Amino acid sequence: MSKQKSPIMGWIDDRLPVTVTYEKHLSKYYAPKNLNFWYFFGVFSMIMLVNQILTGIWLTMNFTPSAELAFASVEYIMRDVQWGWLLRYMHSTGATFFFIAIYMHMMRSMLYGSYQKPRELVWLFGMGIYLALMAEAFMGYVLPWGQMSFWGAQVIISLFGAIPVIGDDLTTWIRGDFLISGATLNRFFALHVVAVPLVIVGLVVMHLLALHEVGSNNPEGVDIKKHKDENGAPLDGIPFHPFYTVHDMVGIVVFLIIFCSVMFFFPMGGGFMLEYANFEPANGLKTPAHIAPVWYFGAFYTILRAIPDKLLGVIAMGAAIAILFVVPWLDRSPVRSIRYKGIVSKTLIPVFGVAFAILTWLGTQPSDGYFLGLVNNTTLARWLTVFYFGYFLLMPFYTRMEKTKPVPERITGGH
Amino acid sequence: MKKVIALFALMASSLSYAAGGGIHLDEHKTDLSDTASLQRGAQTFMNYCMGCHSLEHGRFNRVAKDLDIPENLMQENLNFSGKRFGDLMTIAMRTEDSKKWFGATPPDLTLVTRVRGGDGDWVYTYLRSFYEDKSRPYGVNNAAYKDVGMPHVLAGLQGTQKKGCARVSTGYDSLTGNEIMADSCELEEPKEVLYLAEEGQLTPKEYDNLVYDLVNFLVYMSEPIALERERLGWWVLLFLFIFLIPVYFLNKEYWKDIH
Repeated sequence: MSKQKSPIMGWIDDRLPVTVTYEKHLSKYYAPKNLNFWYFFGVFSMIMLVNQILTGIWLTMNFTPSAELAFASVEYIMRDVQWGWLLRYMHSTGATFFFIAIYMHMMRSMLYGSYQKPRELVWLFGMGIYLALMAEAFMGYVLPWGQMSFWGAQVIISLFGAIPVIGDDLTTWIRGDFLISGATLNRFFALHVVAVPLVIVGLVVMHLLALHEVGSNNPEGVDIKKHKDENGAPLDGIPFHPFYTVHDMVGIVVFLIIFCSVMFFFPMGGGFMLEYANFEPANGLKTPAHIAPVWYFGAFYTILRAIPDKLLGVIAMGAAIAILFVVPWLDRSPVRSIRYKGIVSKTLIPVFGVAFAILTWLGTQPSDGYFLGLVNNTTLARWLTVFYFGYFLLMPFYTRMEKTKPVPERITGGH
Repeated sequence: MKKVIALFALMASSLSYAAGGGIHLDEHKTDLSDTASLQRGAQTFMNYCMGCHSLEHGRFNRVAKDLDIPENLMQENLNFSGKRFGDLMTIAMRTEDSKKWFGATPPDLTLVTRVRGGDGDWVYTYLRSFYEDKSRPYGVNNAAYKDVGMPHVLAGLQGTQKKGCARVSTGYDSLTGNEIMADSCELEEPKEVLYLAEEGQLTPKEYDNLVYDLVNFLVYMSEPIALERERLGWWVLLFLFIFLIPVYFLNKEYWKDIH
């Protein structure tokens, strides 16, 4: 970068660190050259975040957050607002794809030990985003004020009622009323469009700053900063821009092809993205036959239902999320990547992925059904819940005891 | 990735379950491009349904535009309550009254096909499943919606169905190709079926067609933009696929020296 700076750029740089920032985070941010398929999901999440914010802004222009008008205003957007249907479908489909991207992104971290030292804070900020995103999605789902909005909120908020002593008062405080009502809808609207997005954007900035401080991990789990050239650039690294920007572009276009295929041709997602019952306006006197959360909460809802006692169920559900925060300290393996871990981790990590997918699926199904016609949903849910916690609680032991393979000094072979 | 695909495959396998009800649903092969069918459906709806059921999220002028119905024809022949052309298709019946008369307020039907499993199958089955039941206030019950409060408004057209033993088709003779008929109560799994006891103004085939058109119209009403959405979708995908080509080769060019 020996190009002469333009006088305008020089003038700005003397007052605002534009060039320095651009170099630190893009043109001189060295990323490992061997990042694979799994590394696309971070940028996909970012695309979905931008999608949700932009479409969300335009949706608020025609949405009416009141119990009397919310449902009709969504249909007004779908029918009378120019391109309103597209904005709404981009937003509703975006929620699902946001979570798919986030789950794949988290799975990537587990596969390659991206949370390990020195990236613990990257992981913690990421978990913060995930937690805020769950709150964001939950409150967003209440806004159309359909039957599932109402009863889903009823179920989730009543969970807080299981907390001893303060439970009842707490649920009233959250709802702003003794029942789910227009007051609840209004405050959820405020939180959904202003408060939580601010938190998410702030956390995303922290997530990226922390990442760029320590540098990206890679599928080998090799530390590329150990071997640098005479200019101080990692030998196995390449500048993020232009190499990964053009690389990510390919992924983004493919991702958008899948996203648009679903959005334009299956916007209801077979009742998993827009639930059928939610096309009926909220009615506090009529309980739907089967109340299911949207699919992305399925796993935690299954864990909640797997436990016969309400308080213990709520604790288990909370613990299932909380335990993810401490994964960097549960994994005691001397190596990062699954490629060099022992046979136990090599087996358990993919099994965990499948178990989480099945738990998610079970959350959308009635608890008295049968999984693939073979095993009772509740029985399966209980076994998988045990596995879920076992996987994490035993992690300090099996990751330390298993025999790992030596990690190479440098990244060998292509990307 | 494979896991995600597997998850979606699993999801797809149980789509039909969500509509509920437990009875077999006849498939409504919805065709939103059949404008004549949609027009006939709109006509049936305005004449037979709109006394009690609103389409409160839709507007007369939008229906007229989408279904190629001229404004004067729409206003003279399909808008009975004298609403303005741009008005929402609400009805005058008060909810307190209808609740008294039917035991439940007739629901708005703008989104009924989306509520009922996202397609027309349930409503198509429901409207053909009324049968005589003297124990009910209006003398009819429904096989798809037990003890429903709604009278069989289309009975004059369909005639009277009864539930009981009747001759049903059990398949086709492999040699002659003739249909094999048997009494439904003498089958291996005996069952009561609905059969036409008194003929109405329409033949069973004509009645099915009438209900088909009506449900076609209701599927249209639930999402008026559906056809346009798919049409636009193809263009967007075409753009993305073409855009993928330079993006792919640009990436390849940049990465060719990186090993």
